[in-house]
Amino acid sequence: MSTQAVTKESGKARASLGSRLAEGVSGGLVRVFLIVVGLFWLVPTIGLLLSSLRTPADMNESGWWTVFTKPAQLTFESYEKLLNNSDITDSLVNTVLITVPATVLVVVIGSLAGYAFAWMEFPGRDWWFLGVVGLLVVPVQVALIPIAELFGNIGLFGSLLGVILFHVGFGLPFAVFLLRNFFAEIPRELLEAARLDGAGELRLFARVVMPLGGPAIASLGIFQFLWVWNDMLVALVFSDSGNQPITVALQTQVRQFGNNIDVLAPGAFISMVIPLAVFFAFQRQFVSGVMAGAVK
Amino acid sequence: MTGTRRTVAALFLLPALVLLGALVVYPIGYSVVRSFYDQSGDGFAGFDNYQALFTDDGIRTALKNNIIWVVFAPTVATALGLIFAVLTERVRWGTAFKLVVFMPMAISMLAAGIIFRLVYDQDPDKGVANAVWVGVHDTFAEASAFPKAHPGRESPLTVDQGGFITKEPVRLGEPVNLPLVGVAPDQMPDDAAKAVAARPDPGKVTGTTWQDFTRGEGVGTLGAPDPSELGYPGMKIEAVKDGKVVASTTAADDGTFSLPAAADGAQLRLPADNFKEPYNGLDWLGPSLVTPAIIGSYIWMWAGFAMVLIAAGLAGVPRELLEAARVDGANEWQVFRRVTVPLLAPVLAVVTVTLMINVLKIFDLVFIIAPGSSQDDANVLALELYRKGFSEDQPGIASAIAVFLLLLVIPVMWFNIRRLRREVRR
Repeated sequence: MSTQAVTKESGKARASLGSRLAEGVSGGLVRVFLIVVGLFWLVPTIGLLLSSLRTPADMNESGWWTVFTKPAQLTFESYEKLLNNSDITDSLVNTVLITVPATVLVVVIGSLAGYAFAWMEFPGRDWWFLGVVGLLVVPVQVALIPIAELFGNIGLFGSLLGVILFHVGFGLPFAVFLLRNFFAEIPRELLEAARLDGAGELRLFARVVMPLGGPAIASLGIFQFLWVWNDMLVALVFSDSGNQPITVALQTQVRQFGNNIDVLAPGAFISMVIPLAVFFAFQRQFVSGVMAGAVK
Repeated sequence: MTGTRRTVAALFLLPALVLLGALVVYPIGYSVVRSFYDQSGDGFAGFDNYQALFTDDGIRTALKNNIIWVVFAPTVATALGLIFAVLTERVRWGTAFKLVVFMPMAISMLAAGIIFRLVYDQDPDKGVANAVWVGVHDTFAEASAFPKAHPGRESPLTVDQGGFITKEPVRLGEPVNLPLVGVAPDQMPDDAAKAVAARPDPGKVTGTTWQDFTRGEGVGTLGAPDPSELGYPGMKIEAVKDGKVVASTTAADDGTFSLPAAADGAQLRLPADNFKEPYNGLDWLGPSLVTPAIIGSYIWMWAGFAMVLIAAGLAGVPRELLEAARVDGANEWQVFRRVTVPLLAPVLAVVTVTLMINVLKIFDLVFIIAPGSSQDDANVLALELYRKGFSEDQPGIASAIAVFLLLLVIPVMWFNIRRLRREVRR
């Protein structure tokens, strides 16, 4: 009887050794697979960065990967040229001039409406809110022609303000949706207490709701910031040549890709720096914004 | 509820509702109306503009491509996201991996477009995609060494089956000269040595094959190796009698070769595979591959989105359920297939639908990556709308495309509203 028990024991040990071995092998495979995939995802961006650090002559001669054997090719020449190119630097300024107001306006206007939908009583409130939610998925393309005509009639076509307004309009459904849902979670007692202390709605909004809404506002702000910063289509349609953001300025060079690579590669990289910095600094807020926006 | 409070509510809502009304709702109505008028906007056109959706060649290509996009891009991105989300749970550096894959979401489609224009460059010495592809290809298929070589003046050789053959039969003990020209100096194999005349050997057919030309010095002695001329190392040589190969060999570094006695009386042929053009990879941005190539760049951007959402869903899956399945003897694949995936089904559906809506509107990537020559082949609805509306001056048809896009997202709109109506009633 005791021998039987021993065999059973050792059999079990063998099995677990075998499965541990199998697990080790598959664990190794998983690691290799993920490393290969990771490289796959990194290589294109590295290619852009290294391309931007080579001269057009070198670019014509050989691939960017040759810098690993001949690092002497690396130079900031293209960047220096780019920063002396007023078309590009002006367009970077335009990107900021469009993105900052479009983000601030969406946050402020969206917060006001989100608060009203969450905590104010008025007839048809929920229907109005559902109406706004319905607008979440409206493609921007639907509005290009009508708004181009509208802006043309009121003199906004081509201006920075027109581009900003368009972004605000299409940013609002998501802003209202996100903030209303977040504000609705604020404990009723907090608001009631402030109301009993005689605070008006505006004071309540500024002193209680906005501070509590910090995380949602941060998510929304980052999301909207990246959305507007990265936009090309809206600005392509609505901005004239003096008001183009960097995306549109670079787009005009794409038709002769090979000849303009010394502008395109560093230009694209510079246009990516701010979004990437924002992304790395505010990963968590960005992710929660993306999750909430999974309907957009 | 007092009148003042209503007024306050109205004031809070006013900016948002005015902007939404003017910039989102009004354009919908305008587009619908406009789509029933002709291109000038003066005459009523009925359904003519909608008819164009199915008769205009450009729009039909766009429609076909949009279907390809909607079918493949979201499903592949979601599948990859699922695989990545499940596998990253098993490594310690999973967070770093997620960061790398998620990062492209933060950049503009324009930047991604420029990145992939570089990746897909046709020249294998510039585009990394073809560099890798050609590398893999050449590992399995031998590359030829002398793509542009051909007979020069007064050559003893003539064209035969894509290669070259001697006009006269060869004899034992009489060295044969097989001169060619046309290989660029930087294309000559590194091991090429100075060509030498072959020694006669009474029991063998010997000879030399070489580049009968030196840059800067010309042909020298025509049809005989000069001191500055290089041999063709590795050139294949066949002895052909009555259409049959009776012997074969390859040339040494100095271009000399020798064939056994069986080659006596045969003609010598340099077969075609010595002269094949080098393989140059795929034409990624040509008409047939351009759409899959751009979809690849889209997946590069959006698989991270799917991964992050699915990983969040995965974190909510009760570990005990997975453990219970393992205890019951299920292997990892079965656990994945029968437990994890069904539990994640709602998340997978949300991710896929979100990506579908996103893909429906795809514009920037196609606009940037597809070169002018194949942009018609890569066309999608949003791009066609832009072209018709802003460069071809056909706002009626453009409006019909806009309404069509809107109709496609209405089911999702309806679904969102229904889902929220339940939540709103608290």
